[in-house]
Amino acid sequence: MHRHDASDCVPKLELRAVRQRYRGSRGETLALDRMDLAVAPGESVAVLGPSGCGKSTSLLAACGLQRPTEGEVLVDGAPLAGPRLETALILQDFGLMPWKTVEQNAALGLQVRRMPKKERMSRAHDALRQVGLDEFAKAYPSELSGGMRQRLAMARALACDIDLLLMDEPLSALDALLREEMQNMLKRCWREEGYAQVLVTHSIEEAVFLGQRIVVMTPRPGRVAKVVDNAEMVADDWRDTPLFFERCRLLRDLLRAEAQAGPAEKPAAQEGASHA
Amino acid sequence: MRNGLVRKIAGYVFAIAIIVAGWQLTALAVDNPVLPGPFDAIPMVGTYFSDLWPALLVSLYRVVAAMAIGTVLAIPLGLMCGRSPRVDAVFAPVLYFLYPLPKVVLLPVLVVLMGLADAPKIVLIALTAFFQVLVTVRDAAQSVPEESVMSMRSLGAGRWDIYRHVIVPATLPELFTALRISSGTAVAILFFAESLAGSTGLGYFIVDAWALLAYPKMFAGIIAMAVLGVVLYELFDVAERRLTRWKARGARSEL
Repeated sequence: MHRHDASDCVPKLELRAVRQRYRGSRGETLALDRMDLAVAPGESVAVLGPSGCGKSTSLLAACGLQRPTEGEVLVDGAPLAGPRLETALILQDFGLMPWKTVEQNAALGLQVRRMPKKERMSRAHDALRQVGLDEFAKAYPSELSGGMRQRLAMARALACDIDLLLMDEPLSALDALLREEMQNMLKRCWREEGYAQVLVTHSIEEAVFLGQRIVVMTPRPGRVAKVVDNAEMVADDWRDTPLFFERCRLLRDLLRAEAQAGPAEKPAAQEGASHA
Repeated sequence: MRNGLVRKIAGYVFAIAIIVAGWQLTALAVDNPVLPGPFDAIPMVGTYFSDLWPALLVSLYRVVAAMAIGTVLAIPLGLMCGRSPRVDAVFAPVLYFLYPLPKVVLLPVLVVLMGLADAPKIVLIALTAFFQVLVTVRDAAQSVPEESVMSMRSLGAGRWDIYRHVIVPATLPELFTALRISSGTAVAILFFAESLAGSTGLGYFIVDAWALLAYPKMFAGIIAMAVLGVVLYELFDVAERRLTRWKARGARSEL
């Protein structure tokens, strides 16, 4: 595993001072104050913060679905103009199409790319096999359990040959045991495929299990409060090591301190953000 | 599949038995030649079959053609209104004026412009279906969850892909509900139009028998009109089940 020594190459994804305002019925709200983040190719970053701190907003900007009010989003060093094919986004509800079968859902990204049917179905089936869903190819999403829907969302992303995976609380709808199983799957796929990933979550354990670096956000309006290095997460039995628990405790303390400090008055501490 | 068909036929037999019983009881209670009992009326379907059958076909053709035209025109406009606030800003006020207006008031105009044949009836019914489908499709397209659209856009889908893979399938169930509801209105308007203008179709058959005080014959026409309604309903049902297969399957085995 040598995905982590990429500090001097061009980041896969870079957010530079991204700020997002929303105009609502009660005037303007600042959802994201200032987000700086650089994700190296093949790196896994977890973004951790309280609800409403703008985590999801930063993902929408990162995949080109929403232009930030201020700041810049760069992918491979170039400004991002809109959604790109090699970036996949998995939302909390997985964004599956209920009217499409499992295999059609898995092939959707390829169909949008106008790939011939035979080829895209064969690639979709490969992806379904990778997440253990190939037996359910002809089923509809409503016939699947929560964990299986999560797998399907993953298969749809994998089929597209992505180099960047963005996930917005993808496991929050699942129960505790299933979450662990899915976290294992997310980690396995990431290791096998070597894409960079950003996981937005409010679960400390999830962040510590899946992030090589963990970005802690302040409450709304969000900004980066601290970046915690978590390179040890590649260990096989990481979840059962004393260090895992220790890191969880550290993050819990950090989050609590942030919650008490209130909305960002102090400047963002950017320790190790570019991983020097 | 076979089982479903048997169950469906059994359902219809049962329904017919209930209706015949209720009809017979009402006829006995009313005791007036204007409401003959079912056992006087039903044989009339056979007696007048040679007149009734062409009338049924003409009426069926008019309703189906009209609803098809109205629907085909309404769907794209409804989708555009539902998804584009700018298009909606233009058409919504027009819609609010015209939707509640009973389109039958236009019958005299249409008859003068188009004569007594199929055209005015088809246009009238098409107009009604058009507005009902338009309003339904627009509302359904508006309520498509934004997350589904986002997911699709994140896959690199353009506007056309989003319509094709998200918006259109999401609105189909509601479209069929609208079609089934408006098929009732369509048959009512058909009767109105055929009875007032022209000399063809079931509407004319019924009113003609009425004028001759041939009440059992009139009821043969009414029975044919009920059959027309059932045919329409089944038509939409079959189409719906083919196009929204995912719904039936999900409901059957929700985990």
